[in-house]
Amino acid sequence: MGAHSHKSVNLTDRYVFDGAGQRRVIIGMVVGLAMFALGVILMISGVGMSHDDHGASAGHGTEAHATAGHDAHAAAPADHGKSDAHAEAGHDAKATAGHDAHAAAGHEAAAAHADHHGPTWLTRVYANLWLNSLFFFGIALCGVFFVAINYAAWAGWSAGFIRIPMAFGSYLPVGGAFILAVFLLGHSELFHWTDASLYDKASPNFDPILYGKKAFLNLPFYLSRMVFFIGVWFLLWRMIRALSVKEDAEGGPKVTKFYDKIIVLAAVFIITFAVGTSMMAWDWTMSIDSHWYSTLFGWYHFASWWVSALSTIALTVIYLKEKGHLQHVNENHIHDLGKFMFGFSVFWTYLWFSQFMLIYYANIPEEIAYFYNRIDAWDQHYRLGFFFMLVPNFLFPLLFLMTRASKRSFLLIKIAAFAILGGHYLDFYNMIMPGTAKDLGGFGFTEFGALLFFACLFIYVVSKSVASLPLVPKNHPMLEESIHHDI
Amino acid sequence: MSAATNFLVGVYEDDDVIMQACADIRQQGVKIHEVYSPFPIHGIDPVLGYKRSRLNVAAFMFGITGTIIAFSMQVIMMGYDWPMNIGGKPQVAVPSFVPVSFEMTILMASLGMVFTFLVVSGLGPGARKLVLDPRFSDDKFILAIDVDKNTLSMEDMANLLKRTGATEVSHKEVTA
Repeated sequence: MGAHSHKSVNLTDRYVFDGAGQRRVIIGMVVGLAMFALGVILMISGVGMSHDDHGASAGHGTEAHATAGHDAHAAAPADHGKSDAHAEAGHDAKATAGHDAHAAAGHEAAAAHADHHGPTWLTRVYANLWLNSLFFFGIALCGVFFVAINYAAWAGWSAGFIRIPMAFGSYLPVGGAFILAVFLLGHSELFHWTDASLYDKASPNFDPILYGKKAFLNLPFYLSRMVFFIGVWFLLWRMIRALSVKEDAEGGPKVTKFYDKIIVLAAVFIITFAVGTSMMAWDWTMSIDSHWYSTLFGWYHFASWWVSALSTIALTVIYLKEKGHLQHVNENHIHDLGKFMFGFSVFWTYLWFSQFMLIYYANIPEEIAYFYNRIDAWDQHYRLGFFFMLVPNFLFPLLFLMTRASKRSFLLIKIAAFAILGGHYLDFYNMIMPGTAKDLGGFGFTEFGALLFFACLFIYVVSKSVASLPLVPKNHPMLEESIHHDI
Repeated sequence: MSAATNFLVGVYEDDDVIMQACADIRQQGVKIHEVYSPFPIHGIDPVLGYKRSRLNVAAFMFGITGTIIAFSMQVIMMGYDWPMNIGGKPQVAVPSFVPVSFEMTILMASLGMVFTFLVVSGLGPGARKLVLDPRFSDDKFILAIDVDKNTLSMEDMANLLKRTGATEVSHKEVTA
């Protein structure tokens, strides 16, 4: 092949997930679990679980709210505080938020129900598990999406490392099982709309808005579409992977029948992905704030997952290269992954800002409630993190990855990928915590422990899958093009 | 009539062949005037010894100019020159200035890039460009050597072109 004939590829290149590697990852999981357990024990014993000390301070001590607007609420059993002082402080803080958001939303009659069941340590634990389940499931899913778009677009450049994102799919059943389990166990803690009394016209909790959404937001339909999409994604991934394995064994030069079949499956995957991620974004994340909705939320949610997955792909490829594998993958491929990371960081910001700016500008009460919780509520509990995430998710990738040289440097891509992953974890935290744990949200042992556990679990499952196949799809028709990729 | 330029024109059939030819010819110390191809050949820039374009630096400069113009314009107009109360927002409501600043950045960067590119490449309405062999817009790859800028004899260079895979070699005189 002319000028490039010196480039070659090791077709038998294989990653070995050896005992030492497995032990390290398992130790990580155990440490994560231990931290998680420690955090839970600390929370049960009340450490860091004051319903915000600020709540009792003058700024929030709006007794008028509590008594005037929230009689029913005040009468609710104070089962969520350790002491009376806590319970009162909590009620005050929530009464303020609940009152503002709900009275404004124009259903004063139902205002009291909003906090009939305040967050406890258990809410925070479930919210935390939910957050990690979604985040890592999304990375796995978007890994498969990367495979699908590259096949569907007949992309050549990625063929040399396509087995890496393909391996991400092995986490789909694990992540899917976590999502299902956390939902089944914790839905009453996480999802306000799952409370049956909200749909009972005779109940004081009756909520006309949620009653209007009942056709979509009800447990049977919710669970069935969740199981359907997780199942379809998993099956399509299995079929794509199986064909790729078969191509290794039975394919050869000029044989494209496996490739062509994968393209068809990839197209089907892209369709179910487009519809499914959008719906799962409403279901899994948006329905936490069950009165609120945003028409671009699916995109926004997808962008966060997708850019995290791209960063994870880049990190995995660079890790394998540093271990001496994938020698045919060079700075040209990393450059393209870097462009993806750069571009989709800006894309995420575009959606985040579009959502924020329109709601900020229109200032309609039922819409602004979402941002009120994230910016002002509970004595600005989430404000710092909410605005800070723009740094690792936007400013840093924008300035850091802007030049060509930085996108071609393995070290700089690694730094950017870690920043993006951290930033988008924080983004998911900001999507999930304010609506569930409310003023109890925070970063403690539970959060770091759960993150460590899930990250190690993801690494374990994906490493096993990477090790199960040769790293190079030797009969991939585009492999030659990938080796000669040059930009 | 100004002096004529002498070109030695080699016609190649394949992009890989012409890429290897460029490398070999330059190794012999022959300066290549230009390569014409029906499509961009990836990786030929370093082979021809081209430095990377600095168009992106220009784009950044144009873009940041656009941001500054749009943002300061809005701050001056909305904040000081003619303050208006819109929905109870602060006079200088930064989020609402972002879309305009963004659009202006894109506009300045894209137009600036287009015009910079036209000027640098000597393109524009009415510009006449050298076409040594019209088949380069079809299925041939053309390599042109400016004879007077090289020390080797024409015959040697013609042989060099043939040796590196050129299927036709011709001499063309072009009067500017």
